[in-house]
Amino acid sequence: MTPFPPAPPEVGRLRVGVDIVEIARIGESIDCFGERYLDRLFTAGEIAYASSGGAELRAERLAARFAAKEAVMKALDLAERGVSWKDIEVRRESSGQCELALHGRARAAARDAGIQDLALSLSHDGNYAIAFVVARPRNTPG
Amino acid sequence: MTEKIRHILKAHGRLSQDIDALADDADLYQAGLTSHASVNVMLALEGDFDVEFPDRMLKRSVFESVAAIRAAIEELTSS
Repeated sequence: MTPFPPAPPEVGRLRVGVDIVEIARIGESIDCFGERYLDRLFTAGEIAYASSGGAELRAERLAARFAAKEAVMKALDLAERGVSWKDIEVRRESSGQCELALHGRARAAARDAGIQDLALSLSHDGNYAIAFVVARPRNTPG
Repeated sequence: MTEKIRHILKAHGRLSQDIDALADDADLYQAGLTSHASVNVMLALEGDFDVEFPDRMLKRSVFESVAAIRAAIEELTSS
């Protein structure tokens, strides 16, 4: 017996992804590879926001954003799609809420998978940052 | 080329196992390679081999073993 009745056929299954990053790794990578590291992974908007509060805060924010990109890759099964990290962007709304924006191949893959909406939650404590993503498919014909 | 790749993995891969004990086809993710460490490996490969991984090659399978990385570098340096 399953704990829940099966979803009606017109509702697609929710998809989730989670990723955790050790914050110190971000600073080490910046020290080692500099701008090349930042430019390969993060959009100009992400770098600008992350850099607005000092080096320690920058590492925390970038760690959470990298985790978010990886969580989206897991939720949408993008590991073999050849997607740039910059095609998955974390945008901070004026309310302080963070939202996901997809570009390029990530956007195309989400469209192909029938994803209608993405929800993101970020958190960090001590040495680690974590991101959790839920992808909601649009209702499909039964 | 394989030795250079192994040297980069030792320096940047943060593997939980000794790279010298891993076969060329051993699964690096099983050996502790994280997605973030694979970025560092990629950047170090680009610097050492003077190549750039295009978006189409940003796949988990491209970095899954020494042999897979070697095949990717050979593809990039031959074009």
